[in-house]
Amino acid sequence: MVALDGNAIGGLLLEVFGTDLTAAQTICATCGNAAVVADTVVYLRAPGTVVRCRTCGNVLMVIAQIRGMSCVDLFGMAVFDEGQDR
Amino acid sequence: MARAAVRGRLTWQTATVTAVKQETDAVRTIELDVPDWPGHRAGQHIDVRLTADDGYTAERSYSIATADDEPVAITVERLDDGEVSPYLTEELRAGDQLELRGPIGGWFVWDTSDGGPLLLIAGGSGVVPLRAILRHRQRTGSDVPARLLYSSRTLADVIYRGELDQYRDGGAEVSYALTRSQPPGWTGYSGRVDAALLAKVAWPASQHPLTFVCGPTSFVEAVAGNLVSLGYPAGRVKTERFGGT
Repeated sequence: MVALDGNAIGGLLLEVFGTDLTAAQTICATCGNAAVVADTVVYLRAPGTVVRCRTCGNVLMVIAQIRGMSCVDLFGMAVFDEGQDR
Repeated sequence: MARAAVRGRLTWQTATVTAVKQETDAVRTIELDVPDWPGHRAGQHIDVRLTADDGYTAERSYSIATADDEPVAITVERLDDGEVSPYLTEELRAGDQLELRGPIGGWFVWDTSDGGPLLLIAGGSGVVPLRAILRHRQRTGSDVPARLLYSSRTLADVIYRGELDQYRDGGAEVSYALTRSQPPGWTGYSGRVDAALLAKVAWPASQHPLTFVCGPTSFVEAVAGNLVSLGYPAGRVKTERFGGT
């Protein structure tokens, strides 16, 4: 499967969080790399949506949607801040 | 269970196709009437959802092709093994309805106040959001310097060619790099967008250019890597990748 980037989950994040987060800042909990969501590595059907750090490859975020419910796991991020670069 | 739409949240809505325009053999522009469209920014996209009779759904993202003050249009390339694009490029007619949500995206966007100089690098149908940016620049009378480098297989595969050529009159520099074949007497670039071509076309890093790169993943990663090697700070190189399904 071809990896895309965080632009591809703009609609999903807007659906889940109610605001645009493609320009939000992330800091990887594993390697400390700072990146905007738009520049993360995204696999759309992994299954579920898997977002990885472009520097170290570790998982930043997983979103799974089933029976109308969204399960969001942000375990790989030290910081997820919509206030930056906007 | 039906749930009430939450104000301000992104919801699916039904748009009506107002026109379809064949751009190249494999590419079509679909103009849409979307009720209560809030307006969009150049570079944003929409999600399109198709639902089969048995309830199976497929979602795809498509860049908005038009400037901020225009009705929504998307430009779609047919992928022969695709699930969605054959329907959009072959079956859909004016008057048909389409389910979509948007506008989406706050990073890969450009407004005149963001300035430049702009370097726009497209691989194939990655030109779509960059066309929206150039169209916005033109319609606002912006004098931000702009260069478009567009990689295409052949000249016949170049989308919006007539329109893009006209942007030269508005001060934009437009060049094509044809990877597969070139017509007789071709004076543009040939071959892939590699480090040598970028060194020739890109603004010097000292001018602090603002760059947008859109194309297939492998194209974008090669171009972005080469730009950083030319001294472009990664934060000023905005990228958008698309896949092949």
